[in-house]
Amino acid sequence: MIENEAVLAQQFEIQGRDFNHAGNISTTIKEILQETGIPPSIIIRTAIATYEAEMNVVMYADKGTLYFSLAPDSIRIKIDDRGTGIKNISLAMKEGYSTATNEYREMGFGAGMGLPNIKKNADKFKISSCPGKGTTLEILFFLNNSEGQ
Amino acid sequence: MTLKEIVHILQAELVCGKSHINDEIEFAGGSDLMSDVLAFAKPGILLLTGLSNLQSVRTADIIGAKGIVYVRGKKPDPEGIKLAKKKDIPILLTDYMMYTACGLLYSQHLPGVYPVTDKKS
Repeated sequence: MIENEAVLAQQFEIQGRDFNHAGNISTTIKEILQETGIPPSIIIRTAIATYEAEMNVVMYADKGTLYFSLAPDSIRIKIDDRGTGIKNISLAMKEGYSTATNEYREMGFGAGMGLPNIKKNADKFKISSCPGKGTTLEILFFLNNSEGQ
Repeated sequence: MTLKEIVHILQAELVCGKSHINDEIEFAGGSDLMSDVLAFAKPGILLLTGLSNLQSVRTADIIGAKGIVYVRGKKPDPEGIKLAKKKDIPILLTDYMMYTACGLLYSQHLPGVYPVTDKKS
């Protein structure tokens, strides 16, 4: 559903449970966007949503791939992960619902805010999951605010 | 309020980001929960936290924080300080507890963050 005509496209691999590098990809994408002259408010929304999604892979999946593409009118982030997947997506989208362990909560995450916060920051958001296999997120940000929600 | 004034009010140690000592800080927020920081913070915030892991610095960078104050005598991990230096984010350390640190700054007229209703504002 969410495609854009990319002028810049990059692919990143995310390793599950690698907390030392968790967030590196989101930081890299933020740095790339900062060099383009895109409005800071859009960059921040993209960085927050990407970071939440990257942390979700690190915390809940075995591994994942993040596809980043920048087009003249939009930024697109797609994340495919291989892991346990999500059994009940509508429940997972509720603020406060979480399956996080105490370990993750002690790290400052796992409050059940991640997926709702991704949706809040995105202009378009799609999630699909196959329990036992993995989850796919597609997130789109419009560079022209009039196209936003 | 400048970072220099904040260092004085909180009797804080400035670990890195000395070139920002005269930067103006317009608002602040305190939380140990990075999930909440990501959900409610606004760019330019001074983040007060007792969470000293690498992800606290990462979160501050992602949201565009102007600085981090570690409360309760917490010290960030060496990897966190390394990242803060790389991203040019000032780090302050104070022995005050979270409530007291926030209260001291608020009483000196440094406001907090109010709920954002328009994500594109």
